[in-house]
Amino acid sequence: MSEENDQIISVQGLTTRFGDHVVHEDLDLEVRRGEILAIIGGSGSGKSVLVNAILGLFEPHSGTIEIFGKEMSNASDRLAVDRRIGVMFQHGALFSSLTVRQNVEAPLIEHAELRGEWLKRVALMKIGLVGLEAEVARQQPTELSGGMSKRVSVARALALDPELLFLDEPTSGLDPIGAAEFDQLIRTLTDTLGLTVVMITHDLDSLYSICDRAAVVADRKIVEIASIPELEQSDHPWIKDFFAGRAKRAKERNC
Amino acid sequence: MKLGSRPEIFVREEQENATLVVSGDWITQNLAELPPTVSYGSSDHPEIDCSELGRIDSVGALAILTLVHRAAKIEGLPENLARLFELVDAATQGEDASEAARHPLHVRLGKVVYRAGQSIKTSARFLGKLEVSLVRSIANPSRIRPVALASSIQKAGLESLPLIAIMTFFIGAVVALIGSDLLEQLGAAELVVELVGISVLREFGVLIPAILLAGRSTSTFAAQIGAMRMNQETEAMQVMGIDLFDALVLPRFLSLLITMPLLSVIAMIAGLAGGLVASWGIMGVSPILFIERLESAVEIRHFWVGIAKVPVLAAAIAITGCRHGLAVKGDVEQLGSRVTVAVVQALFAIIFLDAAFAVLFNVFGI
Repeated sequence: MSEENDQIISVQGLTTRFGDHVVHEDLDLEVRRGEILAIIGGSGSGKSVLVNAILGLFEPHSGTIEIFGKEMSNASDRLAVDRRIGVMFQHGALFSSLTVRQNVEAPLIEHAELRGEWLKRVALMKIGLVGLEAEVARQQPTELSGGMSKRVSVARALALDPELLFLDEPTSGLDPIGAAEFDQLIRTLTDTLGLTVVMITHDLDSLYSICDRAAVVADRKIVEIASIPELEQSDHPWIKDFFAGRAKRAKERNC
Repeated sequence: MKLGSRPEIFVREEQENATLVVSGDWITQNLAELPPTVSYGSSDHPEIDCSELGRIDSVGALAILTLVHRAAKIEGLPENLARLFELVDAATQGEDASEAARHPLHVRLGKVVYRAGQSIKTSARFLGKLEVSLVRSIANPSRIRPVALASSIQKAGLESLPLIAIMTFFIGAVVALIGSDLLEQLGAAELVVELVGISVLREFGVLIPAILLAGRSTSTFAAQIGAMRMNQETEAMQVMGIDLFDALVLPRFLSLLITMPLLSVIAMIAGLAGGLVASWGIMGVSPILFIERLESAVEIRHFWVGIAKVPVLAAAIAITGCRHGLAVKGDVEQLGSRVTVAVVQALFAIIFLDAAFAVLFNVFGI
């Protein structure tokens, strides 16, 4: 694969601000094809804003964002790219008036024009793909537990077989066992379907078990982007605290 | 978007060995419908040749698995393809359990009756709690929350005032206009004052504000309280030991009870003013004559009849709004349907109560 093709997302010189409040200043980010990249950073450091900017949910102040090698300020390119992207929002963002199956079918009907029995079969397969039983398909989103709605949300994000998947805090609010299962699910899907995953997370377990690299957002920039063992050696104070903090806190408690 | 080549599957016969050849791009965009099935009758274990296969995704894999059931077990596929087949095959599920069968008529009827009974029960419970809260607040007025009450009075009362005044003004004018035509033919043009006076004081000055508030305040109350329920704010209040009725229902209930009589008086004045302007403009009845005749010919009891109805209507509006707001649980759609039901019920209650009052006053000759 050529060097260019290797970068699925390329953000250059991104500056975003709300009023006087500057969130990012001259931020660069590169995401490689086939990797699981975690975006970490303190609360309010602008992780979600960065992802929203990449997704085109608002117009950044300056900077260029390229996805699949296409410049995202071009509206017609944007539409074509959107179909190759799946997003799981933090709280699922399932359509509350539709059943689980209809939620998964929605993008299939809208963009791939699937119909009838075949549509139903595809939707049920997607629901099975994220490890849910067929019985769930008929339920309403409000009847689901937190972990289940996250899975349904992934099923919907995967409906059009995207090449790029965004996950916003996929394991927040899950119990450790559920979170570990979810991590494995993401890893399996990534390896098998050839996905590239960008996830916002605070979960050290996910970082160690499935993430190939992590990008640290701090001081309005990506201060470091590297594999987890490399990050552990970093001198940046926030990163040091992030990785050392847990061990240190546990030790202090034992004293 | 480039669609690539069409997904195709065909049989290549070679010396009694059938080989299924899969070619093209088997991706979602190309698979709005399943490609036509192929028959490979002669051989039960056909070879599959995926060397001409272009791109493939999970829907493509599902399509191949649907057409060739054994594809997952076929040896010698490239590793990533085998893994994809395996994953998709494991995920494929049969039909979901058939849709719940429709119940026979008597069961459905029974459910409707049961639900109506439940709804009466919750209404009764709501009224009981409201009464307790009301009596407690009368005994101990410091329980009333002044800020909530004042804000509710402003939103429900003051802000609807201009609209109510304008509406009743025009209705008073229309009554005068239509009446004048008929009364002039009968040679009793001055009776228009009685017509306007009695209809505005007894009915329009009461009904128009009530209908407007039923649309405006019932929906606001139901939506506000319903949204708080969805957001678990009501639960938070409960665990803090804050009485929901004291905090949410009573201020809204009292605010309508206080403002609606005032709104009605203003509506009556506006309605009479509308009648006055119309009869002056059309029939030349001077304002002084109109007011004099109003004083002498229209008894004050008509005003009291009208104003006596107001508290009952105000209570009906506030109660339907708050009760449906508190009944919301779960999703946004239910919030919407609850608000609709609240407004419809409030409007129905107003018209029904007004009719009941009309019959009652008629019987007692008031």
